[in-house]
Amino acid sequence: MSIDNQAAPTTPAGRTNDGAPANLTHGAGASVTMPARGPEPQPRGAIIRGNRPIDQQEAARRFMAAPEHLAMHDQRLWDLRQKRDGQKEIIEEWEDLRQLASDIKTHTLTHLDTYLEQFEKNAIANGVKVHWAKDAAEHNSIVAEILRSKNAKSLIKSKSMLTEECGFREAMAEAGVQVVETDLGERIQQLDNENPSHVVVPAVHKLRTDVAEVFAKTLGSDPNNSDVSYLTEQQREHTRPLILKADAGMTGCNFAVAETGSVVVCTNEGNADLSANTTGLHIVSMGIEKIIPNLNSLAVFVRMLSRSALGSPITQYTSHFRGPRRGAEMHIVIVDNGRTDRLGLEKFWTSLKCIRCGACMNTCPVFRRSGGLSYGATYAGPIGLIIDPTFNRHKYSTLPFSSTMNGSCTNVCPVKINIHEQIADWRQVLAENHEIPAFKKSMMKAAGALLASPKLYRASLPMADSALRHLPRFVLYNKLNTWTRGREMPHVPKETFHQWYKRTRGMDGKKK
Amino acid sequence: MSSTDSRAAIFAAIRANRPKIQPPLPDVPLFDEKALSDLVTAFSEMLVKMGGKVLDPQGQDPVSALRAAVAGKGIIATCVPELHGDASLQIRQILPDMDPHSLADVEIGVVRAAFGVAETGSLCLTDDELIVNTSGYLPQHLIVLLDPSQIVANLHNAYRRPELREHKYAVFQTGPSATADIEGVLIHGAQGVRSLHVLFCPKQS
Repeated sequence: MSIDNQAAPTTPAGRTNDGAPANLTHGAGASVTMPARGPEPQPRGAIIRGNRPIDQQEAARRFMAAPEHLAMHDQRLWDLRQKRDGQKEIIEEWEDLRQLASDIKTHTLTHLDTYLEQFEKNAIANGVKVHWAKDAAEHNSIVAEILRSKNAKSLIKSKSMLTEECGFREAMAEAGVQVVETDLGERIQQLDNENPSHVVVPAVHKLRTDVAEVFAKTLGSDPNNSDVSYLTEQQREHTRPLILKADAGMTGCNFAVAETGSVVVCTNEGNADLSANTTGLHIVSMGIEKIIPNLNSLAVFVRMLSRSALGSPITQYTSHFRGPRRGAEMHIVIVDNGRTDRLGLEKFWTSLKCIRCGACMNTCPVFRRSGGLSYGATYAGPIGLIIDPTFNRHKYSTLPFSSTMNGSCTNVCPVKINIHEQIADWRQVLAENHEIPAFKKSMMKAAGALLASPKLYRASLPMADSALRHLPRFVLYNKLNTWTRGREMPHVPKETFHQWYKRTRGMDGKKK
Repeated sequence: MSSTDSRAAIFAAIRANRPKIQPPLPDVPLFDEKALSDLVTAFSEMLVKMGGKVLDPQGQDPVSALRAAVAGKGIIATCVPELHGDASLQIRQILPDMDPHSLADVEIGVVRAAFGVAETGSLCLTDDELIVNTSGYLPQHLIVLLDPSQIVANLHNAYRRPELREHKYAVFQTGPSATADIEGVLIHGAQGVRSLHVLFCPKQS
């Protein structure tokens, strides 16, 4: 029996100098051997040109032209999806939990004012100072003012998509506050001046050799050492003094419990607890949609979140902050930033149920092959396609078209958002608002007429299939046909389903 | 706009925009009909899967085993009375008025869990048990004492416990701090503790 002073490095097959035993796959750990890949220059995200529509496909093409990055990214995220499936198999009540989670969110969002009032009342009673921000700018100025009043110049924080949405780090730089991200993935992205590419695993698009390059430039580590445990330890050693010297701490909020006035933060690294508990000031950034009614509801979401996100039964740390520590201060900034507008969109308000697990990204064939930064928006992947246009209908007008409409996102969503249907609805809304190019529009009009008539559709199929078999390649794989960029067309069957059915079953449906 | 004006604007927008349906809040079952009767074994198996370890007293009484485990390991900080008063060990007793930063040089922290959760192998640590909250995070390693009679079957039962309502801070800690942010390679000891051991030890009344 002994407590090792250092975790003994084990070297199981396929994992290099890994600090954790090979049979463990908790947290975000991969369940498969990830072969050594790279080095290869890292493909960067979408090129942002002011308010012009994002060209996701252009960035995706560059990602697909980097075979090492593409292979790792695809394998890594598909593994997370499979780990999630493994958890779903173990939990008999999985589908009941999804329905409960969805119903609890429906109830809460339709009673949002009541629960926000209850939450505020309880939080204040617990000694928390509550602030309200209509938009990103107000959020940033409230936080800057809290920090200024405490003469706080340095801030340690855990990952928060809301602060990404608010452009928080840039605003703090202008206010003269040094911000240090304490989540490893988020810190890598901060040091590389890049946004997170995924809501749960922010640097998932990077190879270890990319991280070695970033750390060599910014932390002075060995540029030729891309061993993962070495890189992780470099970050720990560099961040810890910054944590100990910081004037204030900040966290996001996964769930806010109205009944108790608590905020709940889920991490695997323990960095939210360090950020909140080390300094005398804890600031929480919280979107209004994070509210849930009570602790019994919370149990449903905590059971679903990490299982859906990473295929792990729970995050290593699920932390409940109900009030300030003795002698310390706790502030909660409750932010709208477009959420109340979204609540009024008849077809899209249920996107507010999202708990930011990223399951829809892990399962999405487009996301896995293009990388989160190709979307050029705070939220990438399927959930991004239906949230981003609510922030800017013009700039993000192209995003809802980056989907194959396979519906897998909807199938894995733990709160049962009909993501793929909302993607289709956004296409319609954007077309009606003249936010899509004329060529795509005329093609869609033709397809719409065809699909609306079963007779026309069936008549057209044998012809189209025959054409697909016989047309020369350049006709199908050209610039106008975006479908075949980055994809091969499937083999075309010799007969249609209806032809096959008629031949084998006849008109009466009985097998011949 | 002041925060008060924004509050009013947000509530007005919610009331104007919220969907005009009133579905009820569903009841959440406990889902524990099939819970295993041996919660200690179920808890221990999950703890190991989540990267934690069980400290086997190997026939000794738990407190002697604990003393042996920390002997000669450097600075030990304890939140539990079981380790008090042993001059032969380099023990720092954690007191409520300590500066959170003062635990940065600790090698092993020792704390008692309020309860455990068999479903996930989680330990509930509250501000009462931690005394200074950073005692769960700044030490390099953590040993957690758990009364085997204080294990609940699943998270639904866990959230019905009083600790989550009564404490300003409570955490479900499950195994050590972990990250796999680089290519999915799992590493223990991201920012928090590098290892976590659980010692089954009934609470002295």
